[in-house]
Amino acid sequence: MHQSGVDIFLRSLMEEGVDTIFGYPGAAIVDIHHQLIQAPIRHILVRHEQGAVHAADGYARASGGVGVCLVTSGPGATNTVSGIASAYADSIPIVVFTGQVPTALIGNDAFQEVDIVGITRPCTKHNYLVTRIEDLARVIKEAFHLAASGRPGPVLVDLPKNLMQSTAPHTSAAAVDIKSYQPTYHPNVKQLHKVVELIQKAQKPLILAGGGIILSKASQALNRLAHIINAPVTATLMGLGAFPADSPRWLGMIGMHGTYRANMASAACDLMIAVGVRFDDRVTGKIEGFAPHAKIVHIDIDPTSIRKNVPVTVPVVGDCRVTLNRLNRLLQEAGLFWSPDSRESWMAEIETWKQTHQMRYEQADVIKPQYVVEKLHALTDGEAVVTTEVGQNQMWAAQYYHFNQPNCFITSGGLGCMGFGLPAAIGAQLARPDRVVVDIAGDGSIQMNIQEMATAVQYDLPIKVIILNNQYLGMVRQWQELFYHKCYACTKMEHTPDFLKLAEAYGAMGLRATRPEEVVPVLKEGLSIPRTVIMEFMVEPEEKVYPMVPAGAPITEMLLV
Amino acid sequence: MAYKTEKHILSLIVENQPGVLSRIVGLFSGRGFNIESLCVAETAEADISRITLVTLGDMDIIEQIKKQLNKLINVIKVIDLTHRPFVARDMALIKVRARPENRAEILRMVDIFRARVVDVGALFYTVEVIGDLEKIRSLINLLTPMGIKEVARTGTIALPRELKKRSK
Ligand SMILES: Cc1ncc(C[n+]2csc(CCOP(=O)(O)OP(=O)(O)O)c2C)c(N)n1
Ligand SMILES: [Mg+2]
Repeated sequence: MHQSGVDIFLRSLMEEGVDTIFGYPGAAIVDIHHQLIQAPIRHILVRHEQGAVHAADGYARASGGVGVCLVTSGPGATNTVSGIASAYADSIPIVVFTGQVPTALIGNDAFQEVDIVGITRPCTKHNYLVTRIEDLARVIKEAFHLAASGRPGPVLVDLPKNLMQSTAPHTSAAAVDIKSYQPTYHPNVKQLHKVVELIQKAQKPLILAGGGIILSKASQALNRLAHIINAPVTATLMGLGAFPADSPRWLGMIGMHGTYRANMASAACDLMIAVGVRFDDRVTGKIEGFAPHAKIVHIDIDPTSIRKNVPVTVPVVGDCRVTLNRLNRLLQEAGLFWSPDSRESWMAEIETWKQTHQMRYEQADVIKPQYVVEKLHALTDGEAVVTTEVGQNQMWAAQYYHFNQPNCFITSGGLGCMGFGLPAAIGAQLARPDRVVVDIAGDGSIQMNIQEMATAVQYDLPIKVIILNNQYLGMVRQWQELFYHKCYACTKMEHTPDFLKLAEAYGAMGLRATRPEEVVPVLKEGLSIPRTVIMEFMVEPEEKVYPMVPAGAPITEMLLV
Repeated sequence: MAYKTEKHILSLIVENQPGVLSRIVGLFSGRGFNIESLCVAETAEADISRITLVTLGDMDIIEQIKKQLNKLINVIKVIDLTHRPFVARDMALIKVRARPENRAEILRMVDIFRARVVDVGALFYTVEVIGDLEKIRSLINLLTPMGIKEVARTGTIALPRELKKRSK
């Protein structure tokens, strides 16, 4: 039996269990869209291809699965690049299908031809240009396998138009066999024995959790480890939710905008067990001042992450979940356990840091952005899935929405890509129709993909967009205030649209609070409306995110409130 | 810790597919690694290529380079030949001015270096020399006073040495 390229494509996607695609049509890909509407796969028509990729990213993170995009060649493909780079930086499994001009025209500067495989080579885990229909089923299978396995990441598949129209005998793709790609899931037990030894010797252990915990679904194992060895836990921005914020062992986030005690603990600990992190500069601050007294155990599935930025005492290559489970078993078999009242002086030290510098902000006669996030947390019982834009809004979300579960904090961490939050919220809401999904946004970032309001309304998605309107590109303004003599060059939003009217124009609902006492009523009302809602909070324009470690300083050198 | 910068010869076994070279070169340029020389060709198997790549870096950088190369999906194997026995060869074609009074001297040097004259023109000889980098540099230096018109050189190619005795 013969099948067209489109048939093979759709069948392959169904075999992968794909039920949702974020896409945008165009000449080079329309053959697929033409048949897609008859397939049992829902197509979400975004308003910009960047939105499609961020939505797929949000979908992947909220569901724990793979997100899928389908866009046309040329400008459709180039529009995906920021989204792909963001997913790459955060190791999010997505597969992006791009249309391409017919194979006979490739290289001829044809209409809407770009070398998207060349363009995205450094920001994909892998990518393909399929030139033979016989390869199509195999490549799609490989793409999904690569995206989701090992250290996950985006994979792009470029599909020339003629391939979709041509036919080939149907064959099912065999199981994936890439001899040069064999991620190490199981840790070397010898290394784990060394870890056990270090744990036994440690007086001041600290666990540092990263996004790898969430990606490998290792939260329970992490919890268990913290319980067995009675160690305090901090996390990177990407690791928020990996460990419950209501645990007494939780120190809060580490890094440039981390809590005082988390940063101080990292500098004082004598053993750091880092799991699924990559020691980004926003986490370590000045490398020489990072965890100076600690032996470092680094567990990660990607060997390139280990010893890239930070010297490591015991490297362990392995999947975070498999490795932590194994480590926990070794500890248990050895009869090792530290009761919650052990490590008294270490806990006391941490408690002092907590008492001296609580995460706090001054209440005032204007709305404080932190207050909005705090109230949002209270009114949603900490159960919302929160996406963010980038900047101060993102950091306040990270600091004041105390995440207790994985897959609930969805942010562009590594790339810091403004315009991420709204489309990511769309993806998250589609993955989790049962949850309240909130995009915590800034007045600047929200305008980068505001067009996706139409998408949210078209698909009746009751996402809540919370704009913390400080009338500035606030995070940049904060740098200018602190490090550039208060010269607010190009950061004042001199003109901003009326977000309430804009919401209405999109067919959504708009609410605004300008006074502190209006915050709770607006949140309550907005959260109660089962439609797309924008809630705009006119916040203190010059509020800053604290603590702050100046770029390049050791993370103990924090500017505090 | 500062380690000393060292030259490393890496032998990469890769899938012979379009774009592989560009992934490797892109990795080096994107991450600021150094490429001294690079040689690519098919192996005995048509779907597998061998890339011999000479790079410079301290221990940490070389470790990152090897890990990053291994991470590329199309790279099957990365072998660092540096601290093990290997044979390495470079080749050069040297076009040297062959004045009548110099010809005997050129041929004598060609002989000493076990090189060959592969093209004889009215004014120039083209000399082919094979060996390690040192040898090629020496010959080029010796021929320079006679007037070198142009030189084409390959990068290094290398293979690990085999055991001299059979292990039991
Ligand atoms: C696409 C993109 N462009 C520029 C930046 C640099 N940048 C980082 S934060 C920021 C300000 C964001 O302003 P806003 O969305 O209003 O957030 P606020 O910091 O005020 O909460 C800018 C411009 C970025 N991260 N992403
Ligand atoms: Mg702002």
